[in-house]
Amino acid sequence: MSAAIREPRGRRPWKPTPARLGLYAFLLISALFFLMPLYVMVVTSLKGMPEIRQAHLLNLPAAPSFAAWSKAWFAACTGLSCNGIRVGFINSLRIMVPSVIVSILVGAITGYALSFWRPRGAVLLFGVLIAVAFIPYQVFIYPLVRIFSYLGINNSVPGIVVIHTIFGLPTMTLIFRNHFAALPEELFKAARVDGAGFWRIFGAIMLPMALPIIVVAVILQVTGIWNDFIFGLVFAGRENLPMTVQLNNIVNSTQGEREYNVEMAATLLTATVPLVVYFISGRWFVRGIAAGAVKG
Amino acid sequence: MDRQGNVSLRGVAVAYGPVRVFDRLDLEVAQSEFLVLLGPSGCGKSTLLNAIAGLTEIDDGEIWIGGRNVTWHEPKDRGIAMVFQSYALYPRMNVRANLSFGLRVARTPRAEIERRVRVAAEMLQIGDLLDRRPAELSGGQRQRVAIGRALVRDAGVFLFDEPLSNLDAQLRSELRVEIKRLHQRLGATMIYVTHDQIEALTLADRIAVMKDRTFQQIGTPQEIYLRPVNRFVATFVGSPAMNFVPGRIEGAGAPVFRSASLRLPVPGYKFAHAPADGAPVELGIRPEHIILAPDASDAQEVSVEMSEPMGSDLLAWTRLGDLPLSIRLPAETMLTPGDRLRILLPENRLNLFDATNGARL
Repeated sequence: MSAAIREPRGRRPWKPTPARLGLYAFLLISALFFLMPLYVMVVTSLKGMPEIRQAHLLNLPAAPSFAAWSKAWFAACTGLSCNGIRVGFINSLRIMVPSVIVSILVGAITGYALSFWRPRGAVLLFGVLIAVAFIPYQVFIYPLVRIFSYLGINNSVPGIVVIHTIFGLPTMTLIFRNHFAALPEELFKAARVDGAGFWRIFGAIMLPMALPIIVVAVILQVTGIWNDFIFGLVFAGRENLPMTVQLNNIVNSTQGEREYNVEMAATLLTATVPLVVYFISGRWFVRGIAAGAVKG
Repeated sequence: MDRQGNVSLRGVAVAYGPVRVFDRLDLEVAQSEFLVLLGPSGCGKSTLLNAIAGLTEIDDGEIWIGGRNVTWHEPKDRGIAMVFQSYALYPRMNVRANLSFGLRVARTPRAEIERRVRVAAEMLQIGDLLDRRPAELSGGQRQRVAIGRALVRDAGVFLFDEPLSNLDAQLRSELRVEIKRLHQRLGATMIYVTHDQIEALTLADRIAVMKDRTFQQIGTPQEIYLRPVNRFVATFVGSPAMNFVPGRIEGAGAPVFRSASLRLPVPGYKFAHAPADGAPVELGIRPEHIILAPDASDAQEVSVEMSEPMGSDLLAWTRLGDLPLSIRLPAETMLTPGDRLRILLPENRLNLFDATNGARL
């Protein structure tokens, strides 16, 4: 009304258009689509079994209780032992921490060597590395099991760390190589004239410049290794089964009534680590990706 | 480290796979000499510098620095220091750490490191920047730090790879003077790569003009400027550029240059080798070597098309018949288009080039 008589001046007044409203509707529906399962899991985990039996999936819990969470953590049964999913949590940490460190370090060194030192056949090597990343990894499992048992590292934490390092190598090498390839080569030449060798240049100059990309690598590897199921099942050994495998055992080994609330709580607990990593580092994640575009 | 600094390239060849970059280049640079490698981009001058530094592998030949055969030496063992076009400062280190990095790698005693950093910082007036990061420096300051990093190495030979190309015109001329002053003060050998002919002329004791991966001419700035060995050198060096008039040489005993609009006897021209009678040639003369001579009987007449005042002098764009000819005149000359000037082309300032291969006659 007042806009109609006003002379155009300054910022144009906002007016909803059908296209705009449609866009918001679409975004809302998409968000609900992804949030709905999470919502159901959270409310179910806070309910008791009698309430769940009423099958009002979307209702809020009448008397929210963390009993299911505590049972999932301390006392849920995986097969015969009933020590809860915390055993798997510890195992996953024991696998993830060294795997993340070693795989990133190996990937960073490989990417650095490929982009600056250019050994003979570097292009071919890199091509093969990337090509291999596209082969379904199930193909490698049986040969690797044989190799590892020959070497005596099958069913052990070092074994699974080696596995994660090997399978993380293509991605880690790719992102580090691309990061280093974008740095001016004169930097490398200057360091060589200054007398620094392979490791000194890597440690004193290149690694400090790779900080944003290291954050990206940590996020990728933490998420990937934490969510891994098949490698953990095959290579970690019975004593070291990761959380994902234990979760599966809890969900699949039920005697009598299915404890939906415990299963939901266990699932949420398993998903906590990647979620926390993402929420803490989301800002860094974007920054790391953007850092590749502009100069460090 | 000894500060011997004569550099000698003996039959150096560089190849990237099957592609030959250089074939058997020879070059002698004397102790304390300032040699400039000048050429257009892609002529191989930077590759040559990298080969001297040991950053590019050579396929044949030898490189001698300070009387030692360093062909197989690592860059750090060659007694060289290098300054790069992009400065190549280590971004995560402050200026002090940048300056001292090489010394720390070499495990120099701390007191000695401190002393050398202080001397270099003083010499380049970067003492108050020592605790800053490269990102907090301006372009000129960054290049000073890069030069400082070369200084602390206390090397006998300094290699500069287009160090001023990323700077604006004002800073460039400032740092140019500073580099020259540094050379006089240190007495070190310097090899300097550039595509800027002004830098080459102002800095060099000798210039090596390169094109297509070979040396065209190696000589003092004056030789290069006044007696270019071929048409390429003549055009590449000098601004505004040399004038060229195509024509023929006639008469064996008393040679005369003849073109459609110009007849010029050149009896005293010192031919490097006498051309055949009637051979096609190009006559070259620099704009500042043309003399105004209103009263001379043998003067040529040109008409002014346009004039460009340059502050210190004035460049007149004229036509001799239908040939363009630029003439450098005193700044206070008043010209309007259409004016006619009478000029002389002094014989001792002429350059004659073979029209077929561009070589000086």
